Amino acid sequence: MSATRKRKPIATGSDWNFSVLERFDAELARLADEYRLDTYPNQIEVITTEQMMDAYASVGMPVGYHHWSFGKQFLAVEQAYKRGQMGLAYELVINSDPCIAYLMEENTLMMQVLVMAHACYGHNSFFKGNYLFRTWTDASSIVDYLVFARKYIAKCEERHGVQAVEQLLDACHALQNYGVDRYKRPSPISAEEEAKRQEERESYLQTQVNMLWRTIPEAPISDSPLATGSPHADEDPLGLHSGGHYPSEPQENLLYFIEKNAPLLAPWQREIVRIVRKLAQYFYPQRQTQVMNEGWACFWHYTLMNRLYDDGNVDEGLMLEFLQSHAAVINQPAFDNPHFSGINPYALGFAIFMDIKRICDAPTDEDREWFPDIAGTPWRETLEFAMRNFKDESFIQQFLSPKVMRDHKLFLVVDDDQVETLEVAAIHNEQGYRQVREALATQYALSVREPNIQVVEAAIRGDRSLTLHHVQDSRRPLGRSVYPVIRHLQQLWGFPVHLVSLEEGRVTRRFHWPVEDETPAS
Amino acid sequence: MTYFIDRRPNAKHKSAVNRQRFLERYRKHIKRSVEEAVNRRSITDMERGEKVSIPAKDISEPVFQHGPGGARNIVSPGNKEFVAGDKIRRPSGQGGGGGAGEGGPSNQGEGVDEFAFTLSREEFLEFVFDGLELPHLQRKPLKSLEEVKMVRAGLSRDGVPSRISITRSMREAYARRIAMRAPIKRALKEAVEALEAEERKDTVLRNPTRIAELKAEIERLEKRIAGVPFIDTYDLRYHQLSAQPQPSNQAVMFCVMDVSGSMTQNHKDIAKRFFLLLYLFLEKHYEKVELVFVRHHTAAREVSEEEFFYSRETGGTIVSSALNLVNKIIEKRYPVGQWNLYVAQASDGDNWDDDSNICRDLLVKQLMPQLQYYAYVEITPHDHQSLWHEYESVVKEFPERFAMRQIVEAGDIYPVFRELFKRRLSQS
Repeated sequence: MSATRKRKPIATGSDWNFSVLERFDAELARLADEYRLDTYPNQIEVITTEQMMDAYASVGMPVGYHHWSFGKQFLAVEQAYKRGQMGLAYELVINSDPCIAYLMEENTLMMQVLVMAHACYGHNSFFKGNYLFRTWTDASSIVDYLVFARKYIAKCEERHGVQAVEQLLDACHALQNYGVDRYKRPSPISAEEEAKRQEERESYLQTQVNMLWRTIPEAPISDSPLATGSPHADEDPLGLHSGGHYPSEPQENLLYFIEKNAPLLAPWQREIVRIVRKLAQYFYPQRQTQVMNEGWACFWHYTLMNRLYDDGNVDEGLMLEFLQSHAAVINQPAFDNPHFSGINPYALGFAIFMDIKRICDAPTDEDREWFPDIAGTPWRETLEFAMRNFKDESFIQQFLSPKVMRDHKLFLVVDDDQVETLEVAAIHNEQGYRQVREALATQYALSVREPNIQVVEAAIRGDRSLTLHHVQDSRRPLGRSVYPVIRHLQQLWGFPVHLVSLEEGRVTRRFHWPVEDETPAS
Repeated sequence: MTYFIDRRPNAKHKSAVNRQRFLERYRKHIKRSVEEAVNRRSITDMERGEKVSIPAKDISEPVFQHGPGGARNIVSPGNKEFVAGDKIRRPSGQGGGGGAGEGGPSNQGEGVDEFAFTLSREEFLEFVFDGLELPHLQRKPLKSLEEVKMVRAGLSRDGVPSRISITRSMREAYARRIAMRAPIKRALKEAVEALEAEERKDTVLRNPTRIAELKAEIERLEKRIAGVPFIDTYDLRYHQLSAQPQPSNQAVMFCVMDVSGSMTQNHKDIAKRFFLLLYLFLEKHYEKVELVFVRHHTAAREVSEEEFFYSRETGGTIVSSALNLVNKIIEKRYPVGQWNLYVAQASDGDNWDDDSNICRDLLVKQLMPQLQYYAYVEITPHDHQSLWHEYESVVKEFPERFAMRQIVEAGDIYPVFRELFKRRLSQS
């Protein structure tokens, strides 16, 4: 086999230069091709530490609009880095076409090769293949859109003042996790078109809103989009209140609702709401595929690095260095370890993908029972299928095997504040596998991680207040940040905001902004 | 397909704007920290950044979150002895249990409630001097300046060898060579053609003398071509410099202090802070700031900084001696046209009674017309004496450029300093 082949490393030692990187990249590209990894073209950028900190502070985006929160992020990163509390991630990759990946100049040769394998072939193929990214993001236009957003916001700052824009962005950022369409595919964004359409949209949107908020009462028209309620002829002989509910269905995309319906926002403010919403939408798939994305990238850097070694392209020294850093990346401390900080997505994802391969190549009886569909199938196709068609939640539900649960010694604890003690509900044994897996999958469901909040009514015929429902689950209340957030919401909406927590149809708590008792001024 | 791009030469500080926005937004918090630091720190220490902490809750970016409470399922790795159905006591100190994590031990525990970061030296000083502006920071008028800066101004035919422009000289040489050789080459060509025509003739018809003449001519022309010099002094070009007057960007600051017996070390420390603040302040506005230390009791002397602050003397006080010395030093070393002059004086207010009005005259007639600014601080909890009252009349004459304040303890310095140099609104 390859062990007997003479080793002719492309380079040795820890120094690197561009021609060496290019040769490694060519080799990695050849291997990726052999494994049929479908990737965007790569744009690999070599940067300094400070530039990495910049990139960090702007979530890796090559261009971004200005906002203090990014400055705060930068200061935090800088402080942690200078105190040596944190190494900078040696890898940062952007879901764009071409796929932009950063290499830090301080990295050793091994690190550069590892990052190329991990980011430029691992993450890159994930961005291109996974259905969430395919559906929700448009890799080819994101950079253009960012440029548009930056210019637009800078223009607004010039016209309306930095502070006004900043306050608006603060409010939008508070709601950005609620600025995504979960079920409907957004139309692709393109910077040019965006800029072209933006002005039309401004005026159009405004007329829409004006229609909605027309203060002169109209006779109810049956085909009006608002006419869904039933008129109470006795109390309201003129039918002034017969317009029914608006919106007719609860809306989960709060920012979208604000953009389209908030009565007092100026057109440029609507546009900024839209920008924040679009970017939130862009990051939405990343928030749902942490485990898969990192697991996939780790699987491929591991596979590709081993192939480089088997083919004699790297020497033992580099391989040992690689194994050490790989082991650190996929390390999972136990829950009682002082270094424990939750489940390491790299470790879990890597373990699952490796295990899928094992189930395909050498299934045991247990695997045949649990995974009749994939046991013994060609691993490459199965892995591709798993990568393309799932998000963390469903991926874990589908592919977390008893073996991985045993290896990680996963166990499920129920923490109920009405019970004196915590209870271990299930562990990694025959009776517990399914329950543990179910619970872990749920733990990654965004719908469970984030409170479920929806707009239910805008009182378009009343005091113009906005009512939201928080659908509570397992009595988990909203955190204290709820007041600052609804204050931001109120700033956007311009009229009182009510938030009602409901559990199984029963109201458990109400939040109001402005805080009730106070008579609303203005 | 892969492209490698080396971005290292690109601009750093991409986050500079965002960083500034952050500092601007939390100005109040940061200023509080900075002001505390100014009072607490030894002022020799001023020249470094400052760690600033802001309560994390003040700068949090709120989002909808689950609060503690309710029932939740948590999957964790690393089970050792638990089996299904085990009851575990809630980890202590975690009432309600959970939070976002597993209720296990926190990872680091440090700095969670505080957002800490470091201001750079420049940012720190920016905050120290925030809103302060040196009055009368006018640049000295151009005509009175002897200071010049050499700037490049094209080429010339003569100059010193070190300023030769090689490319331009070689280009000139090349052009000259072409120009000088062209007519000779033309003559040579004609001669060669004539010779060839002659030689092509029948042997009988040839004219041997003409051939000999032509050959001689060709030889002579070839020599002349070889004789055209490769480079000539005529070709040389020199970079030329011309002198441009520059506005004066240098200042000198006189520190004048009373070191008589009545001034304790505590007084001097307070004075020192005041001087250093002024120094830092000037340093921000001028490229070059020189310091002159003048101490006095009954007689004044120019001394080193070390001596100025730390050696002790006894005796009475004659302030005018110091003012005279300052005046002499200015005359000798700091011509008014070239230097922006500042004087800062610290004293406990004691003076020889008959001397105070001499000081007044000295200031009004001689010093003040030359100075940009004169700042006087009196470090005393007691009532003012004659010097203060005399100085008050100086203020009346130069309200823009003469300032005086009283300081009781170290904490007062910064506010007093601010007041002295507060931005003068709408005054040019």
